[in-house]
Amino acid sequence: MQIRTRNLYLIPYLTWILLFVVAPILLIVYYSFFNVDGHFTLGNYQKFFTPVYLKMTLSSFWYALLITGISLLIAYPTAYWLTKTKHKQLWLLLIILPSWINLLLKAYAFLGIFGTYGPTNKLLESLGIGTQQILFTDFSFLFVSVYIFIPFMILPIYNALEEMNHSLLDAANDLGASQWTTFRRIIFPLTLDGVKSGCQAVFIPALSLFMITRLVAGNRVITLGTAIEQHFLVTQDWGMGATIAVFLIIAMAFIMMLTRKRK
Amino acid sequence: MKRLTRAFSVIFLIAFGLMYLTYYLNQAEGYGGKNTLTVYNWGDYIDEELLEKFEEETGIKVIYQTFDSNEAMMTKIEQGGTTFDVAVPSEYAIAKMKEENLLLPIDHKKLPNLKHIDPHFLDLPFDPQNKYSIPYFWGTVGIVYNKKMLKDKEIKGWNDLWNPDFKNQILLADGAREVMGFSLNSLRYSLNDTNESHLQEAKAKLDKLTPNIKAIVGDEIKMLLVNEEAALGVVWSGDASEIMGENEDLEYVVPEEGSNLWFDNMVIPKTAKNVEGAHKFINFMLDPENAAKNTEYVGYSTPNAEALKLLSEEISQDVRFYPPPELTKKLEVYKNLGKKMLSHYNELFLEFKMHRK
Repeated sequence: MQIRTRNLYLIPYLTWILLFVVAPILLIVYYSFFNVDGHFTLGNYQKFFTPVYLKMTLSSFWYALLITGISLLIAYPTAYWLTKTKHKQLWLLLIILPSWINLLLKAYAFLGIFGTYGPTNKLLESLGIGTQQILFTDFSFLFVSVYIFIPFMILPIYNALEEMNHSLLDAANDLGASQWTTFRRIIFPLTLDGVKSGCQAVFIPALSLFMITRLVAGNRVITLGTAIEQHFLVTQDWGMGATIAVFLIIAMAFIMMLTRKRK
Repeated sequence: MKRLTRAFSVIFLIAFGLMYLTYYLNQAEGYGGKNTLTVYNWGDYIDEELLEKFEEETGIKVIYQTFDSNEAMMTKIEQGGTTFDVAVPSEYAIAKMKEENLLLPIDHKKLPNLKHIDPHFLDLPFDPQNKYSIPYFWGTVGIVYNKKMLKDKEIKGWNDLWNPDFKNQILLADGAREVMGFSLNSLRYSLNDTNESHLQEAKAKLDKLTPNIKAIVGDEIKMLLVNEEAALGVVWSGDASEIMGENEDLEYVVPEEGSNLWFDNMVIPKTAKNVEGAHKFINFMLDPENAAKNTEYVGYSTPNAEALKLLSEEISQDVRFYPPPELTKKLEVYKNLGKKMLSHYNELFLEFKMHRK
């Protein structure tokens, strides 16, 4: 009896998962087998393995890797420093605050900030470096992407650092470990789970970025996300768009496996 | 707590009261049938004084509603619900709406003023014999350039874009047909070309343009050009006339090699209740005097030959928006190339975007 009522409570969750997780994925896989005219085909998969899409996949991975790497480099020290400060909650709030603002608005703001006559170039000018092209370059793309994703990297690392048992550090200290050894042998291994979930939270969305590639990178950076958007909205070649999405899902599942927490 | 509850109940009552009132008013106005006419047009795309004049002349009350994209308009008409008697879609939208049976045929006998339209702009491939649509305004795709930034260099055609002096100076609108189209035009091919070797040639030529391209962007292109972020831009003439008002150094040119010709057209959607009134309205807008007044207000190019004669020379002799006949002959309307070809165009455009400097 008890088990039956418990199963009843599961119904809303199961329906949710079925309708909004399983069904969409199945639909994507289903659509990936049809060409523009609505005929069954394997051609989309064949097309994915042509140089154009392979190159696009490689460049998507490369940029996502760069974004994740830079985020991690900045986020780890920040999170570490955060655990040492007095007003932790306030600092944390300040770091999370920008993620409350709409993504599109932030991207548009950078059009002005990085523009030829924008504040960044004014600063460079007054420093004697002179006006540079910042907007529509790899630099601006990476900068804005890192800016957008970094809170998602800082939070899990911060939590892992907070949960760490500090008496272990004292023990290491007592036993004569240098600061670097302590970090390498104790702090980093203990916060590895935080780093992993941070990387997941950044790498996976970075792989399918599309709006920033147009607004901030002026379509000079083409990712798989851009191609999906094009196929669904402009070409209406849903089959090809779905095929790319299938590969993205596979890639993401693979990354989840690589970075899963070991118990 | 009690006071709070009371305050909230009052607010809710007022809000619902107002909602009911607008609903009631809308119904009284919008679904009235015979004596009202609902016009569905782009924002700020008509001289509103003309609506008043129409109401005075015919005694039909006009309800004017606006949309901001062809897709949004089509969705609303597809859903039904609201009665739109006249709408103003672009030509590619008309082809789609025709396929989906969203349009009612137009009775030319009820439009005596149709004779004022320049025959050049009638009987076009997207709507043979103008069965479903009557041209409202037209325009081109061309190059906007900043006279101050380019100093004395003159821009005449598409091939000028490949000038090595313009390194990192060009902004392109993010449209496969527009970009592939101008490359085809620069090679003197038709922008509706489907010959594979021509298309590959056009794509290869675009790859060579890469060093000159600063970015390929959407609607931001207007803001970027006004802010002098780049010296040249490939845009629609409508956007051009808008930004030329904001920055006086900007100039527009219809490229000599030929270009795209686009149309916004008046149609009667299948949701129409007042078909008689819709015909009266279209005829009214075709009247040379009214069309001239409307053109002065909107600033786009009118297809109405008689109206053009009434306009001041400053407008009618402006070759940027009324190109001379030898150039007009080279302008082409986009043909519906079919999904497969369109997909191929997009594929080539994507490859071009991926080509790095």
